Amino acid sequence: MTLRPLGIAAGVAIAALALTGCVENNPGGGSSSAAGTIAVTGKDTTCELSSTTAPSGTVTFTMANKGSDNSEFEVLASDGLRIVSEKENIGPGTSGTLTTQLAAGDYYTACIPGLVGEGVRAKFTVTDSGKTVKATGTEKQQIDAADAAYVGYVKDQTGQLVTGTQEFLDAYLSGDDTKAKELYPTVRAHYERIEPVAESFGDLDPELDNRAADLEKGETWTGWHRIEKDLWAPSAAVPGSSTSYPALTAAEKKTMGAQLTKNTKQLYDEVNASDFTVGLDTIGNGAVGLLDEVATSKITGEEETWSHTDLYDFQANLEGAQVAYEGVRSILLTKDKALATELDAEFTSLDELLAKYGSLDKGYPSYTTLTTADKKALSDGVNALSEPLSQLTAALLG
Amino acid sequence: MTEDQHAAPPESIDDSGVARSRGLSRRGLLGLAGVGLGAGVVGAGAALGIETAVTSGATGTSGAAETYPFYATHQSGIITAAQDRLHFAAFDVTSGMTRAELVDLLKDWSYAAGRMTQGEQVSKSGAVGGSLYAPPDDTGEALGLPAAGLTITIGFGPSLFDDRFGLASKKPARLIDLPEFAGDNIRADASNGDLCIQACSDDPQVAVHAIRNLSRIAFGRASLRWSQLGFGRTSSTTRGQTTPRNLFGFKDGTANLKAEDTSLVKQDVWASAADGADWMANGTYLVSRKIRMQIETWDHQSLKEQQTVIGRDKGEGAPLSGGTEFTAFDFSKKQHGAPLVAADAHASLAHPKHNGGAQILRRGYNFVDGNDDLGRLNAGLFFICFQRDPENQFVRIQSALAANDAMNEYVQHVSSGIFAVPPGASAGGYVGETLFA
Repeated sequence: MTLRPLGIAAGVAIAALALTGCVENNPGGGSSSAAGTIAVTGKDTTCELSSTTAPSGTVTFTMANKGSDNSEFEVLASDGLRIVSEKENIGPGTSGTLTTQLAAGDYYTACIPGLVGEGVRAKFTVTDSGKTVKATGTEKQQIDAADAAYVGYVKDQTGQLVTGTQEFLDAYLSGDDTKAKELYPTVRAHYERIEPVAESFGDLDPELDNRAADLEKGETWTGWHRIEKDLWAPSAAVPGSSTSYPALTAAEKKTMGAQLTKNTKQLYDEVNASDFTVGLDTIGNGAVGLLDEVATSKITGEEETWSHTDLYDFQANLEGAQVAYEGVRSILLTKDKALATELDAEFTSLDELLAKYGSLDKGYPSYTTLTTADKKALSDGVNALSEPLSQLTAALLG
Repeated sequence: MTEDQHAAPPESIDDSGVARSRGLSRRGLLGLAGVGLGAGVVGAGAALGIETAVTSGATGTSGAAETYPFYATHQSGIITAAQDRLHFAAFDVTSGMTRAELVDLLKDWSYAAGRMTQGEQVSKSGAVGGSLYAPPDDTGEALGLPAAGLTITIGFGPSLFDDRFGLASKKPARLIDLPEFAGDNIRADASNGDLCIQACSDDPQVAVHAIRNLSRIAFGRASLRWSQLGFGRTSSTTRGQTTPRNLFGFKDGTANLKAEDTSLVKQDVWASAADGADWMANGTYLVSRKIRMQIETWDHQSLKEQQTVIGRDKGEGAPLSGGTEFTAFDFSKKQHGAPLVAADAHASLAHPKHNGGAQILRRGYNFVDGNDDLGRLNAGLFFICFQRDPENQFVRIQSALAANDAMNEYVQHVSSGIFAVPPGASAGGYVGETLFA
């Protein structure tokens, strides 16, 4: 199975599609979508759909799992991050049906054999049938659906973090530092997108994401940033001192890798536990929390002391906030349309500002190359978004 | 739908009725309707001199429980009896802001300023009266504190009058770019700005609260460019106040224009429609200069040298030509053939007699911003002055000082700003309404 842990962007998803060549092109909707049901056939490395388009309105997918492991079927928004709808736990040899309301637009579909990782993704287009697709169900049903979709997203990101971490550690432990450095910021993006969730599980966040400056006396430094320092080894053990930085030994690296794998798996288990749920307040506050992360440690360049990959984290935090917001936006529209309008505009502004520097896909320059004026502009953008975003939870609950 | 099937609300719900725009006003927070018609509103009757009447204290403070009107003919904080503390801030308007959005910002600022100057919180729900699930409108550190004479004075920098907001044709000719003076060491990033706010109060917490909350209201619309705290007034602006001292230890502002000098104030401070910009009538022009003082060097000058540099005696503040603090200078008086007041003394060069009668209303504050990396206090005077015609008032005087002032050995100008300060807001209106009318 070729999992592509980094592929959140369109380019990568298309590449996966081309490689696997598994999706029948059925332009114009075809008979299956006209009948309202799209047949999905999932195997261990492929995911075939009887049509890659459907008219807007009610769309039904029936997935037959012909692989050897449990699988799930997801419909993701055009950002490739947000779960629009999903059908979990389809056992080998069984089928599952997903019925959902889809408005016209671009989507991704994904089969996730083994339930971890990015899965096998393909583009999916919903054409305008002329029907207006509106939120249906009672408010409570809409809220439940938004909560569940957010949980799905957290699980999805965590699953991709698990496979991505493995790929990163394979490179690091085999001495392929070039590849490890390349993977470091993009794999971490899966973590940065859901960091407030990770922070809710006691010591997990410190063990995974502590920076040297966070350590209490006597505390052992583990996690991503310990490895970061080893990969981007500083010339001196202490800045300004003459003793050189002692690289981790092979045994130490192995221990560090095992710890990272273990903690990542713990995180995965926590969010996949049957009692893991979120509410609107978790989603709203999580969105603000992610922007606060940007404001306190990314803008200052303190997060990625050695690699200076702070802009990758910035984008991931911002995406995480945006996913949280988009998931509850239809509920917000019924409660405070003006706030939604303002948030739409501020997210767009900040996205555009950040896009001037690059993207997770194409890469970002070292944070050290930004001028003070560049950083101030980013900081102003974060302030501009954080202020209305901090009203989101109250507006949703109000 | 089975238990493990989840569906989020549908995508792209039809919301075409909502237009996207940048920098909306703070929905709900600042309900502008009917604002400012209550207490504290002074109409056209707040003419020259009225503000001084509310000041009773003859000592260092202007009165902790004092409130000054926000809605008035002139903005407060100009001829208002100088309060003890300052927080000054300059802002740049965010790129992409429209003229209408700029007006919204000024309305929101005026609304909040109109409340805070009366000792009220920034909005009705304030620091603790809103939703438990949203950040409070007011940051809260001034809860329970009186206004302590808080004034909030808003100004417009020359850069505001470029092509962004269609204001180019409204730029007053008198809102000049300040020239570079001899000896200047101006930091561009800590100078000028599109907008400025001067917050003065006898309580530093109240002044800081004002700037903090106004900055927050501006998030996404204008961002802080630079700011300055001042801890002690260095001028008297009314006769009821004693003359304070600057960090050289000398009385400062003895010969300042005072609010009671109504005809001089009218002549030298308040702009009139005849000056060339109708909308500035009853406004004025603010010049700010951050002047770093080499106080360690100053402090080991002899008393005689210090007095010679200033032109006054240190104890009383009297001219070296004799008399008491308020005695007029006699520049012709000599001893042993030398003038008692040196030609290059600060007080001499700055004197109206030597500047074609030019006078300014000074309203500066002492500052100490910690220390520099040489272990010297980063201290000095944050000079603010108000005048009707900067070119012929501040620039004229400062040109003379920059060229010859004996004090130049001990001072360096490190920040500079000039702002058009429009007239006060009408009842329920906003600062700048005459410009955008």
